[in-house]
Amino acid sequence: MSAVADTHTQDHHHGPAKGISRWLLTTNHKDIGSMYLIFSFAMFLLGGSMAMVIRAELFQPGLQIVEPEFFNQMTTMHGLIMVFGAVMPAFVGLANWMLPLMVGAPDMALPRMNNWSFWLLPCAFLILVSTLFMQGGAPDFGWTFYAPLSTTYGPPSTTFFIFAVHIMGVSSIMGAINVIATILNMRAPGMTLMKMPLFVWTWLITAFLLIAVMPVLAGVVTMMLMDIHFGTSFFDASGGGDPVLFQHVFWFFGHPEVYIMILPAFGAISHIVSAFSRKPLFGYASMVYAVGAIAIMSFMVWAHHMFTVGMPLAGQLFFMYATMLIAVPTGVKVFNWVTTMFRGSLSFEAPMLFSVAFIILFTIGGFSGLMLAIAPADFQYHDTYFVVAHFHYVLVPGAIFGIFASAYFWLPKWTGHMYDETLAKTHFWLSFIGMNLAFFPMHFLGLAGMPRRIPDYALQFTDFNMISSIGAFMFGATQLLFLFIVVKCVKGGKKAPAKPWDGAEGLEWTVPSPAPYHTFSTPPEVK
Amino acid sequence: MRVHAKRAVALAAGLLLPVTVMADWTMNMSPGVTSTSNQIFSLHMTILWICVAIGVIVFGVMFWSIFAHRKSRGAKPANFHENTVVEVLWTIIPLAILVAMAIPATATLVEMYDTTESDVDIKITGYQWRWQYEYIDDDFSFFSNMSTPRDQIRNRQAKGEHYLLEVDNPLVIPVGKKVRFLLTANDVIHSWWVPAFGVKKDAIPGFINETWTRVDVPGTYRGQCTELCGKDHGFMPVVVKAVPEEEYNEWVAEQREMAEMERQLTEKDWTLDELMERGERAYATACASCHQADGTGLPPAFPALKGSQMALEDMEGHIDIVVNGAPGTAMQAFGNQLSEVDLAAVITYERNAWGNNTGEMVTPKEIFDYKNQQ
Ligand code: HEM
Ligand SMILES: [Cu+2]
Repeated sequence: MSAVADTHTQDHHHGPAKGISRWLLTTNHKDIGSMYLIFSFAMFLLGGSMAMVIRAELFQPGLQIVEPEFFNQMTTMHGLIMVFGAVMPAFVGLANWMLPLMVGAPDMALPRMNNWSFWLLPCAFLILVSTLFMQGGAPDFGWTFYAPLSTTYGPPSTTFFIFAVHIMGVSSIMGAINVIATILNMRAPGMTLMKMPLFVWTWLITAFLLIAVMPVLAGVVTMMLMDIHFGTSFFDASGGGDPVLFQHVFWFFGHPEVYIMILPAFGAISHIVSAFSRKPLFGYASMVYAVGAIAIMSFMVWAHHMFTVGMPLAGQLFFMYATMLIAVPTGVKVFNWVTTMFRGSLSFEAPMLFSVAFIILFTIGGFSGLMLAIAPADFQYHDTYFVVAHFHYVLVPGAIFGIFASAYFWLPKWTGHMYDETLAKTHFWLSFIGMNLAFFPMHFLGLAGMPRRIPDYALQFTDFNMISSIGAFMFGATQLLFLFIVVKCVKGGKKAPAKPWDGAEGLEWTVPSPAPYHTFSTPPEVK
Repeated sequence: MRVHAKRAVALAAGLLLPVTVMADWTMNMSPGVTSTSNQIFSLHMTILWICVAIGVIVFGVMFWSIFAHRKSRGAKPANFHENTVVEVLWTIIPLAILVAMAIPATATLVEMYDTTESDVDIKITGYQWRWQYEYIDDDFSFFSNMSTPRDQIRNRQAKGEHYLLEVDNPLVIPVGKKVRFLLTANDVIHSWWVPAFGVKKDAIPGFINETWTRVDVPGTYRGQCTELCGKDHGFMPVVVKAVPEEEYNEWVAEQREMAEMERQLTEKDWTLDELMERGERAYATACASCHQADGTGLPPAFPALKGSQMALEDMEGHIDIVVNGAPGTAMQAFGNQLSEVDLAAVITYERNAWGNNTGEMVTPKEIFDYKNQQ
């Protein structure tokens, strides 16, 4: 690839505005990307502190620190904030920063809408978090908010929760439209679809998933709103409705949603593994097809979350087979990454450490997913800590480590400085150990019979819970180190060259570091 | 590299050591006591070993690359980036493994779904936060509440052996018989789980789910509600006693007799003191989790009864709300959950306890008449 990077000539013409209006009114993809990432990290700390409350209460049997009502509010808010506040905005932030740089575009296709999609988010979360201080407390029905616990039996703040979800949904949909418009219309000449970097591919597919399922989420919360305030009975059997309908609609959104949280990480990891193996990615085309297959199949497996609701046998079998099938393209991706490393020339800077951990631990999460797919066995696993272990293995070392790997990989490009490698490696090892200590014992707890979402437990579960809490505290505290590393890197450090990683490929490395405020005003040529 | 290897060993040792030292740490599913649970266990172990085998291969290749193909050891990168044969193979082989896995899973599932030809039918209803067991063929029913004292939960008292997994009235079933369960719920969704049977099924308000079990080994089996159902979700255990058939028949006869006696109690003339004594017990199991033992409630969700206008003045309203509940709130209709005697007792108790000294009482007969007028 060759590119014409004559950007430094223009960035003197209009730099960023001064003061707060730079951030409020900005339409610059780099500014908006930074805001998304900062917001996401703030939410990560907030959601994380709620997890600390949960793990502190579960440190020992008995009720010590919080009441069951508040415990339920913590599990609910933790899940909602991590999913909608931490993981999704982090990926949108990465998309904002990197997509234009990767496809050689001067900015996102719809810059004003971009500003609007970001600023909706703090509003949504202000509303959501304020429910903690309302009469009757915050939502307490789990992040999956099953009716009728969330409708007839929900706290008064449920209405605010619904409103917040609507705003997040609008923000996500606008973000997704922007991503699609940018990728489809603004690629540099010569960059055909099958030459796009994988991060671009995975985000394109993620954006289509978002547009398909966020309206479904909006629909289900609207039906709740109608049930609560306008006398309908969508989910109320005594009025002719069906509580199970709620679960079908929710998981039709919910399962694609879990892939929304992992596909962009798949893309980023592919770049990083290839860069630090100094070897091209193995099976680029099959990677693209695998992501496509996962995305399509993700619409056909939703009821694997509902094996115990009493579906007919035929439905049970269909969803079991479909879920087992989705493990095949997921496996293909793992095999490709490992083969990319095979016979490469490997080095282990922080992005690579996080990526290797991603592959190993995400695969473990995939294994437990495969086990959960076996419907008869799921009767034992369902709604126990085994499920909690599964989704934390795919989401923490999956989504979160993917985000850390990306952040370290691109920080030199964003800030113009190298981050402190020793501290970053410390961050990795503490996170890695903490995360495994926190979540691996949860497999044992689930298999031994501990249900999820309980504030207190029987005595045989004591020891593993204690280990898990210690690991969680360790993981949580370590994340403050990440904040320190990033601040230090923004403030100064070794000057980063345009391409700090010798094995890295792509247009983003052809512009100087830090990337000037305006890049690719003239499109580069891709051969 | 040395450092990393040492760290990895230390980590593995740290994880495994406590396990080997204290061998009673349960880490795996138990095979259970029914054919269903045994089949599930073997599916679980099969898929687990398949995953371990795939893991050994994949991680083996990966660790070999990490070890041998390091830049610091002078490894020069190869340049291959596709190989159709390999890619097709690693799509087909996992597919074949999965098909092989799907066959026994399907067989087990088909068997689990066969609820025909049962010997005993029991209807299970989930309430916030207790279970009701109704012996359909024998015309009696009872509630099963967690019996762990609040003092143990609040750490004011040492925790017992079956902390949180004990109830006042366990479900009793005969061994060797096919028992069919019909599940539903009164308020929100609950889920009835006994790990040792391999039975977990959601109890959904307005719908009836079916499942079954056949237990071969007599004993006491414990489980819990597994669907988040509100604040006391963690405190609604399931306890099942599987007993030999003769013992079961005796127990059923006894229960029927007691149900008959309960009906006669409604006729009896009750004094205020008798009602207060019975009411205190009924209040503790049915009402205290929300309105609290001292009647102060947890406003605004759960209002105080102590000094409440309704408990002091509005007798009609008081009976109505206890019998019929307050729709759209957590206050359930207790009319069908409690006997007439208990309803009368609990209302009398609420009107005279904690300084609500109205001196008024409601008799079981009055409740009976009230219910009949509706
Ligand atoms: C090999 C691929 C996967 C398979 C076969 C799989 C299968 C399953 C199954 C069957 C369940 C339901 C378990 C139960 O509730 O009893 C489940 C739950 C879950 N999975 Fe996966 N999964 C896979 C990958 C993923 C990925 C990649 C993510 C996210 C990045 C994910 C996130 C979740 C979440 C969040 C839940 C639990 C939701 C809840 O109940 O709160 N899974 N998975
Ligand atoms: Cu799913």
